[in-house]
Amino acid sequence: MKKEFGMKLELITLGVIVLFIAAFAYVSGSQNHEWGGADGQAEGVISDLTGGTYTPWFQSIYQPPSGEIESLLFALQAAIGSLIIGYFLGYYRALARAKAAATVPEQKGDA
Amino acid sequence: MHIMEGFLPHPWWEIWFALSLPVVAFGVYKMNLMIKENRETLPLLAVAGAFVFVLSSLKLPSVTGSCSHPTGTGMGAIIFGPWITSVLAVIVLVYQAIFLAHGGLTTLGANTFSMGIAGPLVGYLVYKAASRAGLHLYLAVFLAATLADWATYLVTSIQLALAFPAASGGVPVSFEAFAAVFAITQVPLAIVEGAVTALMFKYIVQLRSDVLLRMNVVSQKAIKRLQEAVA
Repeated sequence: MKKEFGMKLELITLGVIVLFIAAFAYVSGSQNHEWGGADGQAEGVISDLTGGTYTPWFQSIYQPPSGEIESLLFALQAAIGSLIIGYFLGYYRALARAKAAATVPEQKGDA
Repeated sequence: MHIMEGFLPHPWWEIWFALSLPVVAFGVYKMNLMIKENRETLPLLAVAGAFVFVLSSLKLPSVTGSCSHPTGTGMGAIIFGPWITSVLAVIVLVYQAIFLAHGGLTTLGANTFSMGIAGPLVGYLVYKAASRAGLHLYLAVFLAATLADWATYLVTSIQLALAFPAASGGVPVSFEAFAAVFAITQVPLAIVEGAVTALMFKYIVQLRSDVLLRMNVVSQKAIKRLQEAVA
């Protein structure tokens, strides 16, 4: 009597991700790209539009000193987020199970 | 969608701050009110905020040969509405501006407006309209999250175009140039974000549909339909 909703959505999501990876593999294999950030490309557009005259009037107060440290901080951001999601979904799951066990203490099946 | 530090000239950075600040302030007020009234929303709020944290940290390669990231704000917009979601976005944007040199403190107003306000507002409206039209719950979530993501990047393009109108042709021409960078790159990412958000939403519905029902996020009818589809 478990209220499961099937696995259809999981399969669709997996399909979408596989397509996404396939598109990347195709473009990556057939063309030459730098795979730089779109945010940085926008800087290039600004430079084109202003004829290279625009200079940013404020600098970041802190720059990660290397690409490694930058990816460390990005990974940290993802890790913190995943931890919180996992914690609460796990908490909810156990709570639901405990509640179910409390309301139906002895069903058929126990000898 | 991060406009880099110092890249919005006067008066634009002030304008976007002026537009974003009241929304975030009201969002903080609404958030406090909601938590006080209903403590059981707190874990869901944490999950929605964490979802923004995870998704906006993933820089994904797109078909255009450049990388960009999802926003993760669709989930918050659907469950809590755009006011409260703006607060969640600000937390992430401040983290990235201070520690990662992504975005910036001077452009925080503009980035909050695109990622924290415009995107979530679009997502919220799409979700409401799709639910009212009787679309399948997960399809409504998918559409809302996908369009929230995409709208965010369109608004960034508009913001940059307004600040840097082309010498000949003005704002429309520069909008085209910025949208060429952001809008097409974002299409596949937005679709992935929509699918992942729908999946995440499914798990929340499975575990806490009671809270979602009480918050009027989902209807009894929609839940019944999901259960019948599997039974």
